[in-house]
Amino acid sequence: MNTSTAPASQRVHYLNASYGVKSWLLTTDHKRIAILYLIGVTVFFAIGGVAAALIRLELLTPAGDVLQAETYNKMFTTHGVMMIFFFMIPGIPGVLGNFLIPLMIGAKDVAFPRLNLLSWYLFMIGGLTALWAVVHGGVDTGWTFYTPYSTVYSNGWVVVTAVGIFISGFSSILTGLNFVVTIHTMRAPGMTWMRMPLFCWGMYATAIIQILGTPVIAITLLLVAAERLFHLGIFDPAQGGDPVLFQHLFWFYSHPAVYLMILPAMAIISELVTAFARKPIFGYKFIAGSSVAIAVLSFLVWGHHMFVSGQSVYAGLVFSFLSFMVAIPSAIKVFNWTATLYKGSVSYQTPLLYALGFIGLFTFGGLTGLMLASLGLDIHVHDTYFIVAHFHYIMVGGTIMAYLGGLHYWWPKISGKLYPEYWSRVSAWVIFIGFNLTFFPQFIVGYLGMPRRYHAYPDEFQVLNVMSTAGASILGIGYVIPLVYFFYSWRYGKDAADNPWGATGLEWETPSPPPTENFPETPVVTGRPYDYRTDEEEKAVV
Amino acid sequence: MSDTAHGSGLGSYFAVFAALMTLTALTVWAAFQHLGAWNTPVALAIAVAKAFLVAFVFMHLRSSPRRTLLVVAAGLLWLAFLIVITVSDYLTRPWLPIYGT
Amino acid sequence: MSDAHAAAHATPPELRHHFVDLEAQKEASSLGMWMFLVTEVLFFGGMFTAYVVYRASYRRAFEGASNLLDIRLGAFNTAVLILSSLTMVLAVWAASQGKKKLIVLFLLLTMLLGATFLGVKVVEYKQKFDHHEVPGAHFVVPKGLAPQSELFFSLYFCMTGLHALHMIIGIGLLAWLAAKARRGAFTPRYYTPVDMVGLYWHFVDIVWIFLFPLLYLLGRNTL
Repeated sequence: MNTSTAPASQRVHYLNASYGVKSWLLTTDHKRIAILYLIGVTVFFAIGGVAAALIRLELLTPAGDVLQAETYNKMFTTHGVMMIFFFMIPGIPGVLGNFLIPLMIGAKDVAFPRLNLLSWYLFMIGGLTALWAVVHGGVDTGWTFYTPYSTVYSNGWVVVTAVGIFISGFSSILTGLNFVVTIHTMRAPGMTWMRMPLFCWGMYATAIIQILGTPVIAITLLLVAAERLFHLGIFDPAQGGDPVLFQHLFWFYSHPAVYLMILPAMAIISELVTAFARKPIFGYKFIAGSSVAIAVLSFLVWGHHMFVSGQSVYAGLVFSFLSFMVAIPSAIKVFNWTATLYKGSVSYQTPLLYALGFIGLFTFGGLTGLMLASLGLDIHVHDTYFIVAHFHYIMVGGTIMAYLGGLHYWWPKISGKLYPEYWSRVSAWVIFIGFNLTFFPQFIVGYLGMPRRYHAYPDEFQVLNVMSTAGASILGIGYVIPLVYFFYSWRYGKDAADNPWGATGLEWETPSPPPTENFPETPVVTGRPYDYRTDEEEKAVV
Repeated sequence: MSDTAHGSGLGSYFAVFAALMTLTALTVWAAFQHLGAWNTPVALAIAVAKAFLVAFVFMHLRSSPRRTLLVVAAGLLWLAFLIVITVSDYLTRPWLPIYGT
Repeated sequence: MSDAHAAAHATPPELRHHFVDLEAQKEASSLGMWMFLVTEVLFFGGMFTAYVVYRASYRRAFEGASNLLDIRLGAFNTAVLILSSLTMVLAVWAASQGKKKLIVLFLLLTMLLGATFLGVKVVEYKQKFDHHEVPGAHFVVPKGLAPQSELFFSLYFCMTGLHALHMIIGIGLLAWLAAKARRGAFTPRYYTPVDMVGLYWHFVDIVWIFLFPLLYLLGRNTL
């Protein structure tokens, strides 16, 4: 289907098919909705980033001199709420999932295009509601909203924030539902499950968590709001309620939510590694299966957040054991990616730099996760900077690295333009260095005993905190560079070819940028994915 | 979900309605009997039976594609995860005397 | 939606442009609706979990508080809701047969029964307010019961309140369907909205099928 296409400027594609704000705000085209998500999550990421900058600025010195204790609490809550609920969770599914799933399976659109647009609106309404609450009213509970602080004592706008998260939860559910139905019912002829790109497998596993986990956080936050508004006592010890029950319900969603953030990242990495190693992916079935295994297992381990909460020790033992089990499918993926790279003809282009960064940092974050999963050690480092460093290695070192890698890889398809090669490499390195300088010292300072969520700390921790703040500054610059050159290339970049990487996959067989209905004619799939072998190699194998 | 399933179901709809009413009467009656520890299991068993009838006949689950059954099964399995694992914490707390009763 | 493209093919008006045929579109809707109902199962599941945990902890208080609910009203409402499920499924049947007047009739009957349920619920809530059995500042621990009975009423109001909210949404959907059906929007070939709202209505019925024994019946044998 390698049609020689006219330059993007001379042909009708999804970007120039119609003009005006209305044509974007009322679009049902999954590709345009992806762009809407890109704008939304970038804004929320920037706001979360500003809060992070203020946190790191405060921690430059041991004394609480920049922010008051309460303001500091509001800042880390803003950072957590914005980053988790309005950047990490909707980010990759909303942007790349929306853009790519129909393209990858050879469909004209997702199964429910209007629902897809509704998802974006719910996401924005929820995000802006929560933003209004954390900025105007202030919330100091942390993104975890632990009771009884959140229900009885906190003076912040807990209810409004909860409503914002509740609304965007609907967005998450509807997105996941849309993706699952799309993958089940909209695949092109010949696109069997075992021929489906691993990105779609990863998004399918993600959707399982979105559908089955999100309703529980919705009801939990609703009960918290009901308790604040009507003085019901579901979690109130004064009425016989149990705050630990809140933690159970909260983490039933919020632990799988971590996988909601990392599974799409893994999905991207599987695509990048095979494209830049010019080799079929090693162990396709294992990678696909491990995504689903992670999605299921993720629901069985939530109690490892509650080792010091008053939860039964016996439940803790089981949770600890099950948490170790999650390492198995995660490790399978890492092994398969490295095996794919092994003896491949690797070209170190920007997306692969991000992918390699992901593999290293994710492994690091994962291994420290095993330390935290062990019941005894967790008691020592619980609620210290060790855990802050651990989950930032997964979420920033893992998810954001993969998100940026994926954005670079598919940017020619999304925008029809090439990003500047030199600057993209610079930014990849700046982000990698800045990230490690920010968060590696936090492992040490946490292990030495510095607790999280305090705006002041003892003098002996200052050197490590200064390193961390310096790293955060570098990291911030690293994020601004791609923002600038993506904008620049959108307008001034060179036109991209239909398949600039020479990669496999249906999304590369349609023009860049794709026409509104994705393919000139419905594609028919005849072979397995990632078939990078040349004809000679094919013969040698036979 | 074929149209024939909808068309030929008319008789079964009334039969299921009668069964649901009977089971409702039965569960109210059973609630007043002194069954000891069995009152709750009996009430739940009747509720499950009623839900089963509604789902399979009124909601046409019996003539739905297999993947619909899979979706429902996944939902129930996850509900079991939530309830069983949470309750297992509460049931094992008294095992260690330091937690009190 | 690129209407120009859809018009280029000779397609039935109900077929949305990105589906191969009506059957595929129907299957997608059905799968999507069932998945939505599964999220509802887990939504109510959070409250059921809380119920199980607290009932295990405060058995006596829960049984005593449960006996303060009016079992006759509860049983009556259960029957009303089951009857409404019957009328709902008959509406779907009528739609599949293309009997336009019957669709509207059964939808209106279902709405009427739903409204009856809510009316009874209002009476019940009113009683609870009058007896100071609503959790919060004006709650008075009922005679002979442990203070944790307040927890039972917290759960009672959360569970029945959210159930009632689902009923209200359902009645709104039924009204929308009835208006569409009157205009003849549904044919034996295309009546997916009736089918989908039917699934939702039956699900709400199923939730009540569990709420009724768990809230109204659990302590009756101790009387």
